[in-house]
Amino acid sequence: MWEYTDKVKEHFFNPRNVGEIEQPDGIGEVGSLACGDALKLTFKLDQDGRIRDAKFKTFGCASAIATSSVLTEMLKGMTVEEAAKVTNRDIADYLGGLPEQKMHCSVMGREALEAAIENYRTGGRKKRKLEGKVVCNCFGVTEREIERVIRENNLTTVEEVTNYCKAGGGCGGCKGEIEKIIERLQGDKAKEVFAAAPRKGGRLTNIQKIQLIQRTINEQIRPALRAHGGDIELIDVEGDKAMVAFRGMCAQCRLTEFTMKDVVEAKLREFVSEEIIVEEEGESAQVPHEHRE
Amino acid sequence: MAEEVLQEMKPLFCELYGNPSSMHTFGGQIGRRIHKAREQVAALIGCGPSEIIFTSCGTESDNTAIKGALAAYPNKRKIITTRVEHPAVLAVCREQENHGYTVVELGVDDKGRLDLAQLEKEVDDDTALVTIMYANNETGVVFPIDKIAELVIGRGVVFHTDAVQAVGKIALDLSNSNIDLLSISGHKLHGPKGVGVLYVRKGTRLAPFMLGGHQEAGRRAGTENVPGIVGLGKACELAAENIVQENERVGSLRDKLESAILQKCPDSRLNGDKENRLPNTTNISFEYIEGEAILLMLDKFGICASSGSACTSGSLEPSHVLRAMGVPFTAAHGSIRFSLSRYNSEEEVDYTIEKMPEIVNKLRKLSPFVAK
Repeated sequence: MWEYTDKVKEHFFNPRNVGEIEQPDGIGEVGSLACGDALKLTFKLDQDGRIRDAKFKTFGCASAIATSSVLTEMLKGMTVEEAAKVTNRDIADYLGGLPEQKMHCSVMGREALEAAIENYRTGGRKKRKLEGKVVCNCFGVTEREIERVIRENNLTTVEEVTNYCKAGGGCGGCKGEIEKIIERLQGDKAKEVFAAAPRKGGRLTNIQKIQLIQRTINEQIRPALRAHGGDIELIDVEGDKAMVAFRGMCAQCRLTEFTMKDVVEAKLREFVSEEIIVEEEGESAQVPHEHRE
Repeated sequence: MAEEVLQEMKPLFCELYGNPSSMHTFGGQIGRRIHKAREQVAALIGCGPSEIIFTSCGTESDNTAIKGALAAYPNKRKIITTRVEHPAVLAVCREQENHGYTVVELGVDDKGRLDLAQLEKEVDDDTALVTIMYANNETGVVFPIDKIAELVIGRGVVFHTDAVQAVGKIALDLSNSNIDLLSISGHKLHGPKGVGVLYVRKGTRLAPFMLGGHQEAGRRAGTENVPGIVGLGKACELAAENIVQENERVGSLRDKLESAILQKCPDSRLNGDKENRLPNTTNISFEYIEGEAILLMLDKFGICASSGSACTSGSLEPSHVLRAMGVPFTAAHGSIRFSLSRYNSEEEVDYTIEKMPEIVNKLRKLSPFVAK
């Protein structure tokens, strides 16, 4: 069992401010059943523009519930401007800390708060919208969100980023991209953690190239497909042409806008050589991949 | 662990501390104890004592079986397994992909059952090893292992089964079976932790995994965990005595717990094939709430269970077994497994039945997905 602080346990077993305020001034929703946690936050202001009441409903683990409960307590009495400054750190600190792997719960709290404040200010959408490029397809995490948790929490490893916003915690296919974001923001502070990633070599012999292609498929591509019930097999390599076959189904794959061939090609170009061309083996190319949202 | 097992182990920490490999009297006494344990294990699963190798755990048994079988047939490059295996098998198989092996992972249907026709189709001349678990550790679903063994063994393939969950709960008779390799773990049958068994059918080619000693007839080097081995032997003896009782009494307690929870908690569902299941396991999903939260509430009432939810495992994705069965994410996150044993009483079952709806209701009140 996790090492939760007494305060986390106390708020989990006796959550404060459960429910939904009718006709709230602000309402924010984040997460989904599929992701494993979700939070709906509502607040109401008094005449002086201070938060008079805040309520929550949460689906998730003990720390998700405790985080939500404590957030509603913190918010009461704050002005909207003050509330907008609350960071995920503040929420975690208020609880006396959270286990590292659970820090994403505090980020979820801050995201719901932001969505609720935006809803109050603009009357706009209550749901947090994905702005900019989506890096982690499994959990729908954008580049902007990843940058933010890195900055606000001074993160230096992919593992930490996963702990704080879940990005990279599904199939793991986006870990390379997360690492690049960390390097860009943190520079020298970035720790060497992604040692498993194959590095693009200079001139490769044929055997080295084939091995690197196989390794890239094994480590960078197959886990993503497997997570969604599919699989890939390397059939042959001729010069820069890699012949692959897809197996199984990609039923829960969310990469609707790409074909699998493009995804594989992009990865191989990134890790092996810019010249790589991917071709699907005749038979497997005939079977359409059913991508579903 | 069973009290009888502890009593059996106690003297081996002090008075009987000899090394079975030594020539002196102390060593000889110990050698006889290990021999007895070997016979006790063999009696439980219906094999010869010489077919038993003691290891340090079920995971070591699985590693030894898979890597040893592959090494014994270096010209074959294909492994067949299932998507619902324990990581001790699945991770080892997948690792072999980096060494040029093709790994075929058979899927299961919504009840967690295998398609034997698909297995038959996949076995070919290049197949070195088929490794399929006896009973699933999360759902308790039992695969028709004897049928599978018969199917693959005629094709010149080594067949391994991870029977960690099954041994002691299902009566096995390996003298009448085509299983080549079978893994057992001590603590799953009220024996000590840190000891396991690999059954190796006489005549099965297997390259040793641990080198550097003559122990276990050279098939597993390393000084024996004597108290563990002796304890496991006793545990096997007790399991053989209790197996009918476990099937009947534990099975009926489990059925009572399961049907009461499913009936009292709306939007709950059973995961796994009800017909072919271990008598002691039940895996139930509760919609709209999350497994770890349920576990903590149960824990507060002194009830211990486990969950296939993402949060409990430290990963962010829910159980690979439930996902392979096509259990929707919504239900997989709220899954709970109860495992009963001969040490559980009817009062404990009744207490759990009483508390469960309370917990589910409390968490559903918090859930944004439940209308008021």
